[in-house]
Amino acid sequence: MEEEGVVKKFLYVNRKAPYGSIYALESLEVVLIGAAFEQDVSMVFIDDGVYQLKKDQQTSVSSGIGMKDFSKTYRALEGYDVEKLYVDKKSMEERGLSVDELVVPVTILDDAQMGELMEQQDVVLSF
Amino acid sequence: MKFAILVNEGPYQHQASDSAYQFTKAALKKGHEIFRVFFYHDGVNNGTRLTVPPQDDRHVVNRWSELSKENNLDLVVCIAAAQRRGLLDENEAKRHGKNANNIAEGFRISGLGQLIEAGVQSDRLVVFGD
Repeated sequence: MEEEGVVKKFLYVNRKAPYGSIYALESLEVVLIGAAFEQDVSMVFIDDGVYQLKKDQQTSVSSGIGMKDFSKTYRALEGYDVEKLYVDKKSMEERGLSVDELVVPVTILDDAQMGELMEQQDVVLSF
Repeated sequence: MKFAILVNEGPYQHQASDSAYQFTKAALKKGHEIFRVFFYHDGVNNGTRLTVPPQDDRHVVNRWSELSKENNLDLVVCIAAAQRRGLLDENEAKRHGKNANNIAEGFRISGLGQLIEAGVQSDRLVVFGD
């Protein structure tokens, strides 16, 4: 778009559960808008942020909390060329989650690998 | 150095706005450039002119407006986050059939693309949030 030619490494760090606060939803909105700028995007999910990717979220009025289930949107990210998704190993283990319980394919990183990934970035947005 | 600033929390509720203000002011004083201050999440509430804090306290909103005026600072409020939280400028109020607007002086409402652009254009994007 406006900044033709400049490609930076953008990392979105998601640390909060999906419905208790608006951070997860509004973070996703930044990622989707940002995709139009054709930057090199990665997303990581740490702490309760790993719950954002949990399968079988039931949030409708009848079965849940009366909020929009936006977990399906993560599956659409591929279409926006956002394909580098990472989850924190310890956060997954602490919550008893495995990768096949998540809505999208992810790469698991341990603390050192996570640090390395962050080190490589130009812009880190933490939500 | 060229900085961009992201403010993710509202005034008074959280120190993020205060810290961002102090950082911005200090950076300008040192001769750095602030490309843009972008307000997101509850941070958009930093841009309402209807706050009336106690007289013996700092006025967070006016403080941003004054800093903007003195330094020609670009203060941008995210449109989607602002609509959710009831922050409108004249155009937005008209567009949505509301009978008032509440944007403070020096702030403007625009899209999230302005945040990405700030990240691309600046040497550092500094995030102030929870």
